[in-house]
Amino acid sequence: MSTNTLPAALAEIVDDFQALSEPERLQLLLEFSRGLPDLPERLLGHPELLEQVVECQSPLFLTIEQERRDDGGALGYRLFFKAPPEAPTTRGFAGVLHEGLDGLTAAEILSVPDDMPELLGLTRAITPLRMRGMTAMLGRIKRKVAAADRLHS
Amino acid sequence: MSYPVEQNEKFAKYAHPERLASTEWLAAALEGGALNDGKLVVVESDEDVLLYETGHIPGAVKIDWHTDLNDEVTRDYVDGPAFAALAAAKGISRDSTVVIYGDKSNWWAAYALWVFTLFGHEDVRLLDGGRDKWIAEGRELTTDIPQPAPGEYPVVERNDAPIRAFKEDVLAHLGKPLIDVRSPEEYTGQRTHMPAYPEEGALRGGHIPTAASIPWARAAAEDGSYRTREELEALYLGEAGLQEGDEVVAYCRIGERSSHTWFALKYLLGFQNVRNYDGSWTEWGNAVRVPIVKGAERGSVPALAH
Repeated sequence: MSTNTLPAALAEIVDDFQALSEPERLQLLLEFSRGLPDLPERLLGHPELLEQVVECQSPLFLTIEQERRDDGGALGYRLFFKAPPEAPTTRGFAGVLHEGLDGLTAAEILSVPDDMPELLGLTRAITPLRMRGMTAMLGRIKRKVAAADRLHS
Repeated sequence: MSYPVEQNEKFAKYAHPERLASTEWLAAALEGGALNDGKLVVVESDEDVLLYETGHIPGAVKIDWHTDLNDEVTRDYVDGPAFAALAAAKGISRDSTVVIYGDKSNWWAAYALWVFTLFGHEDVRLLDGGRDKWIAEGRELTTDIPQPAPGEYPVVERNDAPIRAFKEDVLAHLGKPLIDVRSPEEYTGQRTHMPAYPEEGALRGGHIPTAASIPWARAAAEDGSYRTREELEALYLGEAGLQEGDEVVAYCRIGERSSHTWFALKYLLGFQNVRNYDGSWTEWGNAVRVPIVKGAERGSVPALAH
């Protein structure tokens, strides 16, 4: 699988990971975990608006929101994640998806291959068991975007 | 030469107080420069592979249960040469005192300690309360990764028999006490994995016949430390019905949660013969023609067809 089917921002992140050695990749994932934005005020007090991804080893909640792009064109999707600081691996991957996919259209998000997490080159360092939660997170985002997109087309 | 053993009122009631260290004791030892000569080595072992990197006890090295202790190919632990290389790289010598701590009430730390014990490492202790208690007490953390001088660790073959049970051992053990440390939903067979955890694929739900259900976390207090001897006795002698001198097997899903219970039974209550069945439910729940009981009752030992 190559990165040329990925949205540009995600492709760039994948390239960054692939250019690094294994320990450096873990360090980069840690930086993504620190960079994951907090939930906006309006979602903070509303856990019922978020869905838990149960395949993740640590509690991870996410939701999406539609947003008209500034140019008035296609609908974009905003991504929101919540994961505790004690779960840096889970947070790190949420950070990757946030930076790589936030604000994109349904078509762009749905074009991401389901096994994209494997492109990060972390499977050996993180183990397949832990990678499964990451794949599930991407799958959940794609399912929610696909469902929301059907309602609006 | 091992490091002096801690004396305190809580530990003194346990069968083997030398297997525990308190956060106060460790902080004072670090203050006194205990890590400088490799006699004392502090190891962090967590569920999350990156948690150590977010901040750890100053001087502590990291051992990951999955990438460091499990064999990459066979479902087994690393062998003697690999363990010796791992220990030496972490600055651990055969005569080092090793204090292990981790997240989630030392769940994974107890697992690492159990693996150290498979290799007969003599002086390995658990930091009572683990990472959460250390942090809750506002003690120092650092993101500096230590570069310890290599330890001297001989190649020691694992000695599984005293503390590790395989499926065949468990079949032969039926009729003697078993402790199932999984959640009540896993015990009854309602589900085959932990609530909110990944499905790890067991074809059948339920428990091993006659096993008592004592979820592992009941042995831990709110601050993550082990409950007192009296409380543990109420749990395992009272509720589970264990008697002095019993041979016991503990199991969970892959053998990590049951390491925490194994430690309590062996070192805190002093049962001589306690084994951890690390194949646990991911093996038993998939094995062909092994007996299983569904529901909340312990059930009875079936007459096995041979």
